[in-house]
Amino acid sequence: MSVDRIILSVDHVSKRYGKHDVLKDIHFEIERGEIFGLLGPSGAGKTTLVKQLAGLELPSEGENRIFQKPMPSLKTMEQIGYMGQSDALYGELTAKENLEFFAAIYGLKRKQRQIRIKDVLAIVNLADHENKLVSSYSGGMKRRLSLAISLLHKPQLLILDEPTVGIDPVLRKSIWKTFEQLRDSGTTIIVTTHVMDEAEKCDRLGLLRDGRLTAIGTPSDLIEETRTESLEEAFLVYGGA
Amino acid sequence: MRISALSLRILRQIIRDKRTMALLIFAPILVLTLLHFVFNGNDYEPKIGFVSIPETMENQLNIKNTHIQHYKNLNTAKADLSDQSIDAYLFIANNHLSLFLEGSDPTVNSTVMKRMQDAFQSMGGNEQTNNDIKIHFLHGGSELGQFDYIGPLLLGFFVFFFVFLIAGVSFLRERTTGTLERLLSTPIKKSEIVFGYVIGFGIFTIIQTFIIAIYTIYVLGMYMEGAFGYVMLIALFTALTALTLGILLSSFANNELQMMQFIPIIIVPQIFFSGLFNLETIPDWLSWIGPLTPLYYAADALKSVMVSGMGWSMISKDIFILAGFSLLFILLNILALKKYRKI
Ligand SMILES: Nc1ncnc2c1ncn2[C@@H]1O[C@H](COP(=O)(O)OP(=O)(O)OP(=O)(O)O)[C@@H](O)[C@H]1O
Ligand SMILES: [Mg+2]
Repeated sequence: MSVDRIILSVDHVSKRYGKHDVLKDIHFEIERGEIFGLLGPSGAGKTTLVKQLAGLELPSEGENRIFQKPMPSLKTMEQIGYMGQSDALYGELTAKENLEFFAAIYGLKRKQRQIRIKDVLAIVNLADHENKLVSSYSGGMKRRLSLAISLLHKPQLLILDEPTVGIDPVLRKSIWKTFEQLRDSGTTIIVTTHVMDEAEKCDRLGLLRDGRLTAIGTPSDLIEETRTESLEEAFLVYGGA
Repeated sequence: MRISALSLRILRQIIRDKRTMALLIFAPILVLTLLHFVFNGNDYEPKIGFVSIPETMENQLNIKNTHIQHYKNLNTAKADLSDQSIDAYLFIANNHLSLFLEGSDPTVNSTVMKRMQDAFQSMGGNEQTNNDIKIHFLHGGSELGQFDYIGPLLLGFFVFFFVFLIAGVSFLRERTTGTLERLLSTPIKKSEIVFGYVIGFGIFTIIQTFIIAIYTIYVLGMYMEGAFGYVMLIALFTALTALTLGILLSSFANNELQMMQFIPIIIVPQIFFSGLFNLETIPDWLSWIGPLTPLYYAADALKSVMVSGMGWSMISKDIFILAGFSLLFILLNILALKKYRKI
């Protein structure tokens, strides 16, 4: 891994809530232009870690650096697109109004706003529903709109917490195609997931379990290391996803 | 630009929520209308000053249930009247009896007038004196009713109450639906969030107050001595205080119901100290609370403008204090947001 390609480093990060150690001495780095998957059973600490990377939480110990600068930093956050595990949308507004709002918050110029809104609506296949109130959206539609918002300002780093939950397989496939296109154009993507076939599409994977990073590597590395046939079996060896 | 985007979004949300918008405008109108018809005077022992009234005449007058204070000098009576230690004074000018009323409290007005009328009748129907008595008012006038007196106060209260609740609930929702977190994952500054809220709700409040004030003053005919612009100015600062306080307290509530729990704790006690009830009847050990409540200043300023027709010099202190409250709450809000993002 070449040092100058590293855009994100998690440096011996621990997080405690009261007496509960949620993250324990996590240490890894991510390179520019890779899709990095975070896997782990429910409660492993994926969301906690991802929120720190988005600048929303501070580690109890250690430091997260993005673009060589410690988080949180407002300057860095301009270059991050974050999509949380829950859809944070304004139900009283239409999809387009939600997008317009976040586009303005990210400082997009008026003309560019309309272009980008069209683009991201097409990516998540919601162009026909742009004028519907979000409160009348289905769960999957909300998820897609939430994803669209995080893509609006063409961030260099995308942090997505379970982005494809509740999205049907066909659309999920097309969304992953978009992720691959974004990666090929230089965007770095961190994605948490429970789904094996998504994990296989990641360039590298980190396995979290009980707040510890138990394994890290490309999918084929992990299969090789555990002398198993598939990723699924590999994870069972590492203690289950 | 982020601030204006946020304000625009808030206005859009309010407009979409037709029911809430209706509540904000029509509920105050409804309640003020009801009060307008409900209020009537009650019993009160007025204090009347007698300025160099001949003793024979005073004995003839025989005023009942009235506290009489004697003055040798018109100026001392005037001074006592303007700081409200007496409600009216009787004096003789050019051989005519004249009554000068303080006038800002309609209950007091009507009681004083009634006592005087009774007294003149008991004098044995001395028609000439009765007809010749001249009545003057320091503030207000004989057309001032009880509603006119508490109206300004209720106007202030409604602005405060509804803005507090709506701003608080809407910020609470921002937190519980996760949109606050999403907002904080963008490069928006915490101060921009607070000011976005202030401006968004500020604009709505101007419209809301404008409609309510126009209605109460021109449709219900509430007594209005001063300038309409001052009423709007006071209402705006009242709303600003309410909204920043609402947002601040919403961080101590986990749901809408808990937000409602602030009404009996924060809102209702303010009414007691805002002058709806006579402040002199509040025991000393409690009276220090009044000056700590924003509504106290809002009601005082509104009364000065609407009843006494005062201008900037009389309300400036109240406005600055309200502005000070708002500023304090804004700073505390920015600090409180640190809980969700450290920078
Ligand atoms: N604010 C908090 N206060 C106390 N404990 C917390 C807090 N946030 C998270 N936790 C705890 O941290 C642990 C990890 O939570 P986290 O949300 O990171 O899990 P996750 O890996 O994202 O799970 P899932 O796959 O279900 O989303 C859980 O045990 C949770 O209870
Ligand atoms: Mg999670």
